[in-house]
Amino acid sequence: MRFEGTASYVADKDLMVAVNAAIALERPLLVKGEPGTGKTELARQIATALGLDIIEWNIKSTTKAQQGLYEYDAVSRLRDSQLGDSRFNDIHNYIKRGKLWDAFAAGKKVVLLIDEIDKADIEFPNDLLQELDRNEFFVYETGETIRAEVRPIVIITSNNEKELPDAFLRRCFFHYIRFPDLDTLKQIVDVHFPGIKPDLLRAALTTFFEVRETPGLKKKPSTSEVLDWIRLLVAEDVDPADLRGDAKNALPKLHGALLKNEQDVHLFERLAFMARR
Amino acid sequence: MFISFFLELKAAKVPVSLREYLSLLEALKADIITYDVEGFYYLSRATLVKDERHLDRFDQVFSHVFKGLEGLEGADILSPENLPEEWLRKLAEKHLTEEEKKLIQSLGGFDKLMETLKKRLEEQKERHQGGSKWIGTAGTSPFGAYGYNPEGVRIGQDGSRNRRAVKVWDKREFRNFDDTVELGTRNIKVALKRLRRWVRDGAQEEFDLPGTIQSTAEHGYLDVRTRPERRNAVKLLMFFDVGGSMDDHIRTIEELFSAARSEFKHMEYFYFHNCLYEGVWKDNRRRRAEVTSTMDLLHKYGSDYKVIFVGDASMSPYEIREAGGSVEHWNAEPGWVWLRRAQQQWPHSIWLNPVQEDAWKYTASIGMIRQLFDGRMYPLTLRGLEAATRELSRKS
Repeated sequence: MRFEGTASYVADKDLMVAVNAAIALERPLLVKGEPGTGKTELARQIATALGLDIIEWNIKSTTKAQQGLYEYDAVSRLRDSQLGDSRFNDIHNYIKRGKLWDAFAAGKKVVLLIDEIDKADIEFPNDLLQELDRNEFFVYETGETIRAEVRPIVIITSNNEKELPDAFLRRCFFHYIRFPDLDTLKQIVDVHFPGIKPDLLRAALTTFFEVRETPGLKKKPSTSEVLDWIRLLVAEDVDPADLRGDAKNALPKLHGALLKNEQDVHLFERLAFMARR
Repeated sequence: MFISFFLELKAAKVPVSLREYLSLLEALKADIITYDVEGFYYLSRATLVKDERHLDRFDQVFSHVFKGLEGLEGADILSPENLPEEWLRKLAEKHLTEEEKKLIQSLGGFDKLMETLKKRLEEQKERHQGGSKWIGTAGTSPFGAYGYNPEGVRIGQDGSRNRRAVKVWDKREFRNFDDTVELGTRNIKVALKRLRRWVRDGAQEEFDLPGTIQSTAEHGYLDVRTRPERRNAVKLLMFFDVGGSMDDHIRTIEELFSAARSEFKHMEYFYFHNCLYEGVWKDNRRRRAEVTSTMDLLHKYGSDYKVIFVGDASMSPYEIREAGGSVEHWNAEPGWVWLRRAQQQWPHSIWLNPVQEDAWKYTASIGMIRQLFDGRMYPLTLRGLEAATRELSRKS
């Protein structure tokens, strides 16, 4: 089982090595990178490329590790018992499976995406150590042990909002998705917009890199932004010559897709003002 | 295998453990890569590095260990470190023209050339570590003729070499992520989070599930319990140095300020200039008109406040040591007296300095203030901030 990228996802060699190592050794792969460089997309593409199902677990600040395993709904059992519902005799009725349980019990290989693990509490990764390491966990309420017959491919993404504990990191492979360079970006755009006019592509990417290189930007536009922007350009059928905007405006056409922050827009307007003088 | 690489990584403070090393060996055994150096680089990077801040250091070590600068004599020939020289040789052979190959012969053969090249690389490395930029070898260098590029092993001018041939680890693309560099607000917020202290305080508004279950079980009927919400109870007082030499650091300080503002509900801040004296102010434009007495602050804010002074501490020593030393006004008592008082009132106080740590020793006043703070001065970098918050959150 090897991942070689897909028709709609350009994977660098370093990324492929990391993914294949994680698949072969059955360890989780931790993916970090600037927002919008395709971290989450990676898991979906691995699933597509290998023809596997994907189970997504999106982490929020309130997510507890236990929710990934199972939840015991004590309150509704209590209510049922008060109402005399016979369901309450069987505790299994009140145990809700979590995503990890789903992945372990799938019976075939699946891709498990744990998205934005850094959003959760600091202790969250520690609580999943054993579960991810041994691919099994214990359900206290029923006394069962849930064990994965086939280990899932685990992809974990992080935006670096919190540091992850060392013990957790030691069990993972790690990959940092760099912002792509011009050639790779061209490839990526080609994959998403086959048959785009070459001069438009060149003009767009040059402008994009100019925008990105501008010092002092609060939020640098990244891959997903450039794709959105080019989608707009293609839809509007913009002429490459017009892309630079008019002389009194340094902002590129349809800049809303690239600059997401009014301070950044102001910065560009100021630059334009200075260029005019 | 690769033990020396592993040890060098450890020596370079890349946090690697035996477990990672074993996974690397396991991965090599699993034939994930097939005998190519670049693949090995990627694989070892994915296994051994767990944080992008360490990637740069990893690249340096990798280039150092596998460049074949060391340990190539005699018995080491069979060790894996040998690889890059082979690689060099191949590259060179592939890309040298016949003429150039003859030129190599005239210089004493390939081995001789490689030796000189190695020496040159070594020199280059040292000079680089000395802090200045890498110097191209064009001109007088015998390698100039072959278009030798010190960034990698680009030997041979013709033959358009694609980008991949330059050793990726020598490009050091991850330089930015080393955690000794300065920070953006998001990072600061994360660092400041360490200061949080959760306390349940105030009105009982939150549904307390475990408490309800407990009490229901005890009473035998549904007994709903509530409890107060969790709040961050830490109190923070910040003093910012403004104007003068601080203008160089405005952006960093702004970021720190905005991060702290949004992170802490109980945050108070005041401005001072160079050193703490009898008055501070809240609004920089009206600093002359609305001065708050420092004595009042000392009485107003209790010793449970955590106090952060932010300033470059770069001034004339007189401004700290002597009465009347201030550059702006006549101060009846010297600056150090006020700093001492602040320390006594607020035991949890530290000084953050935006000046780079290695430059501290060149300014006498930095040393003085550092001493006044018993060494609790930290550079305004991520690591410094982390150390500072750890110090502040220590229970006395």
